[in-house]
Amino acid sequence: MTGAHGVLESPAGMQTGKAPAASRAFGRRWPRLAVRLIGLLYLALLLAVPVGLIFVRTFAGGLEPVLDVLRSADFQHAFWVTVTLTAIAVPINTVFGVITAIALVRRRFPGRGLLNAVIDLPFALSPVVIGLSLLLVYGQNGLLGGWLKDMGFQVIFAMPGMVLATVFVSLPFVTREVMPVLREIGTDQEEAAYTLGASPMRTFWRVTLPSIRWGVIYGVVLTTARSLGEFGAVSVVSGRLSGKTETLTLYVEERYSEFDLIGAYTAAVVLALIAVAVLLVMNALQSGRGARAREWVTDRIRVRRRTAVIPTPMNSEV
Amino acid sequence: MAILIDGISKRFGDFIALDDVSLEVRDGELTALLGPSGSGKSTLLRIIAGLEVPDAGRIALSGRDVTHVPPQQRGIGFVFQHYAPFKHMTVRDNVAFGLSIRKKPRAEIDARVHELLSLVQIEQFADRYPSQLSGGQRQRMALARALAVEPEVLLLDEPFGALDARVRKELRAWLRRLHDETHVTTVFVTHDQEEAMEVADNIVVMNHGAIEQIGAPRDLYEHPANEFVMGFIGEVNRLDDGWVRPHDIDILLDEVPGSVEAMIERVIYLGFEVRVELLRRDGSRVWAQVPRDQAEELELGVGQIVSTRAREARTFPSVVAA
Repeated sequence: MTGAHGVLESPAGMQTGKAPAASRAFGRRWPRLAVRLIGLLYLALLLAVPVGLIFVRTFAGGLEPVLDVLRSADFQHAFWVTVTLTAIAVPINTVFGVITAIALVRRRFPGRGLLNAVIDLPFALSPVVIGLSLLLVYGQNGLLGGWLKDMGFQVIFAMPGMVLATVFVSLPFVTREVMPVLREIGTDQEEAAYTLGASPMRTFWRVTLPSIRWGVIYGVVLTTARSLGEFGAVSVVSGRLSGKTETLTLYVEERYSEFDLIGAYTAAVVLALIAVAVLLVMNALQSGRGARAREWVTDRIRVRRRTAVIPTPMNSEV
Repeated sequence: MAILIDGISKRFGDFIALDDVSLEVRDGELTALLGPSGSGKSTLLRIIAGLEVPDAGRIALSGRDVTHVPPQQRGIGFVFQHYAPFKHMTVRDNVAFGLSIRKKPRAEIDARVHELLSLVQIEQFADRYPSQLSGGQRQRMALARALAVEPEVLLLDEPFGALDARVRKELRAWLRRLHDETHVTTVFVTHDQEEAMEVADNIVVMNHGAIEQIGAPRDLYEHPANEFVMGFIGEVNRLDDGWVRPHDIDILLDEVPGSVEAMIERVIYLGFEVRVELLRRDGSRVWAQVPRDQAEELELGVGQIVSTRAREARTFPSVVAA
């Protein structure tokens, strides 16, 4: 009877017939092993090898050239531009994202379907197109550009435009991460808080926000990664003025086209390190908390890690 | 605190959840809203709590019209069907929630939480999270949390629905005792007639968004107003000449005037009670409930031919059954 069982359970067993137990076990296991191998190979070729090579190349000429790059005024300026953009875009999109998610999940209002669709626009549009559309509105000859210029306010080729572009491209992450969590927790806990006397505002701070915090944190991580790595839209609206409106990603591309490979590699490594630091901070927040939450977050990382690929000259979005 | 429900209607899209429902719950009473799913009982409870707004009608608590008062200001405690624990808080913080919202001093909160946790017997789990509790413990935590704010009305939505039979029985008795001690006006929703009969002073039988009958458990059982109530509260057989309870069917070995010959199809021993399924000469099937000693005395067996007599068949004025 055992033999019959084996045949039923594994198609491989059927071919080997009366093979010894060990080989039958392998027969059952090899498809799983093969799938894993293919998965690992795929990730290695796509992610680990290219990113790893950048690290190797960066330090190929020793530490001194790298330090020279880090000390250069253009690099430092680009670094701070990137950090500033991220520091502005992430809080804006976090607040907006949470509010939008609550509105979309908990409320019924006219235009809800439209809002739900529009949220994804930054995902759907190429960043270059987003940059161009901003140019059409805020540029010299744009819809509002002339008027803004008269008011003494320059948007395009300046920080405001770059902030707009960064906010735009990283807009959907928090909303999209928080929405499924909100749906999953349901309204029970919030209603319980109401019956216990908590106002809607206190209910949000004490019940809703703690319940969705993993969604928010992960949304923030993705928003940060996207803001750090934005290239296309910022490239169009910034004018790419070295030492003025150049971000780290723009700096990488500029150095690369000037054949300053060490400069490009160093900046790329710095971008990667910032992203890793953000992930580490999230992991630190995560440890010491409930096992369920941890599971949930790691699941998300597995699914979404590829969206957080750090732009390098090889995969720039133009 | 008395509850007055006056002409409440509520629809969800095309579905009429409540159709002009009026009801009065007296102060200190324990009332069950009993009915099948979709009968509107939960909606009515949520309207009393202020979690739903009625389309028409009004609600008054102790004479105060609260129809448009938010749940925060109604002085109610609500226990949800799936307990709705705050998952990110410990048991202690869950129970303390209502008091901390009211900005009570720390010492007072601690004392009250301690008292409540020992009342519901989960003191030793105060520092656990809800996910580390069993269903029954979670339910008791939810009760303690609702009671912490000293509500004038306690509302429970299918409070024991998700628990296994033994725990359910235990908690029912416990709820009854709690009510006898505190006398807080309590309304609970259930679809389990046995639960309603065991716990409640008064049962409100609901069906299709309307109230079928209101009364004490025994009253409803003995004097059901219609077929629906008779069928929902207790077991029934449908006969040509009316409705009859299984324990009102006599099984006789000899023919008597008015008896009908029947063949025993099945005998089920359920401890004290024995169920006998019968196929009558006229082709109808009925089942009778007889005590164990009587079943043994008659030596009832499958295939045996006996006489059956309905002692108390009940008829209702023929109304169009909804």
